[in-house]
Amino acid sequence: MKIAVLSGKGGTGKTLVSVNLAASAEPSTYIDCDVEEPNGHLLLKPENVKTEEVTVPIPYVDNDICDGCRKCVDFCRFNALAHINDKLIVFDDICHSCGGCVIVCAKDALTEREKVVGKIEIGNSNQVEVRSGILNTGEPSGVPIINRLQDGDISSTNEMIFVDCPPGSACVVMDSIKDADYCVLVAEPTIFGVHNLNMVYELVMLFEKPFGVVLNKSIDGENPAEQFCIDRGIKILGKIPFDTELGKINSNAEVAVRESDEYRKLFSSLLDSLKREVAYETTSNS
Amino acid sequence: MNIAIPVDDKNIKSNVCISFGRAPYFMIYNTDKEDSIYIKNTTADSAGGAGIKAAQLIVDNKVDCLLTPRCGENAANVIKAANIKIYKTNDSSVIDNINAFISGELSLLDEIHAGFHNHGGK
Repeated sequence: MKIAVLSGKGGTGKTLVSVNLAASAEPSTYIDCDVEEPNGHLLLKPENVKTEEVTVPIPYVDNDICDGCRKCVDFCRFNALAHINDKLIVFDDICHSCGGCVIVCAKDALTEREKVVGKIEIGNSNQVEVRSGILNTGEPSGVPIINRLQDGDISSTNEMIFVDCPPGSACVVMDSIKDADYCVLVAEPTIFGVHNLNMVYELVMLFEKPFGVVLNKSIDGENPAEQFCIDRGIKILGKIPFDTELGKINSNAEVAVRESDEYRKLFSSLLDSLKREVAYETTSNS
Repeated sequence: MNIAIPVDDKNIKSNVCISFGRAPYFMIYNTDKEDSIYIKNTTADSAGGAGIKAAQLIVDNKVDCLLTPRCGENAANVIKAANIKIYKTNDSSVIDNINAFISGELSLLDEIHAGFHNHGGK
C-alpha cells in the first residue's frame, strides 16, 4: 500500500505527517521525494546508509562524423540542440534524456553518455526503511531521482510505503504520486492554505486518485480548509493541533510518535482511518 | 550589414520586444539597402529552450549583430558561437535603436541572465 503525502506549498506538514505515519506503521518504508530539500532524514536519522548515484543519458556528438543534416535539431522538442558554424552544440540542462536525437541521426554521430544529477540514500531508522533523494545543486529536474527512488528493481519489501512529496503540483509531484494507491493532502487553516489545498485537490482529481485531507495546525474556531472539505464532501482523515509541544519535538529533530504518548495515539488513529479508507477504495473499485 | 531585433509587431514603428527567445517576430534590417524583413519566431510558445531555437534562427539568417534588451545564457552561447555581437537596446522605438546603433551609441550587452525557464519574464 503506497500512500503519497502532498500539499500546495512548503511548510504545511508533509514531512511531519509522512514521517510520523511511517514510524507508527513500522515495519514500513518512508520515501523522501522532496529531492531539492530532503529533510525527513533529519528526523528519522537513518543508520547503515547506502548511497547510489543517479545518472541521466545526455547526447554527445562527434563533430567529425556529423554532416550537419540537423535532423536531431529539428526533432528535439525541448530545443536542446543547436547547429552553429558546422558544429552541433548540446545543452545538457535543457535535454530531457529522451534519446530521440540518437535514433534520428543517420550518421551515428551521436552517442549517449551518463551524467550524474544526484543520488539516493537508503538506510534504516528502527524498522522504518528510509529512502532520500538528493538533487545536485544547479540541476533543473528532480524527476530522474524521484523515479529511481521508486524503481521496481529496488522496490521495498514493506507493505506500508509513505511518499513525502515535493511541495506544489508540478511534474516532480506528478511523478511522486503516479504509483500511489491513496493521497493524503495536508492543509493549513487559512485562506492561503485553502488556495494551496485547491492546487493539490485539482491535481489528485486529474489523476483520479482516492484521497483525504489532514488538517494541520488546527485551532478552535473557524477553519477555512475544513470548510473547503465540507463544501466538497472531501474526507477529513484527521486533525493535528497547533501545539507548541509538537513544535518543540519537531524543532529538536525528534519523531513525535517516538517521544509522546499523545501523538503516538493521534497518528495511530490517523493511520487506522487511512487504512480503512484505502481498504474501502480497494473494494469499491475492484 | 544585417541587424536582427526582437519586435512585437511586423512594422518599423513596432516596439522592441522585452524578450529575445519569446519575441513573436524578428526584424532583420539591412543597413546598406535601408530595408527590413520580418521573420516569425516559430518557437515563441515552445515549452522550453525557446532562446536556443530563436538564436539558431538568427544565426541561420546570417545576421552580423543582434540588438536586444536582454538575452539568456543559452541563447547568448549560440549567438556568440556564430561570432555575432549582441548590443543592448535603449527604451526607444525600433527605428531609433537602429539609428543609435549606426551612430555607435549602443553598447555591447554585458549582462547575460541565467534564463527564466518558465519562471516569469514575460
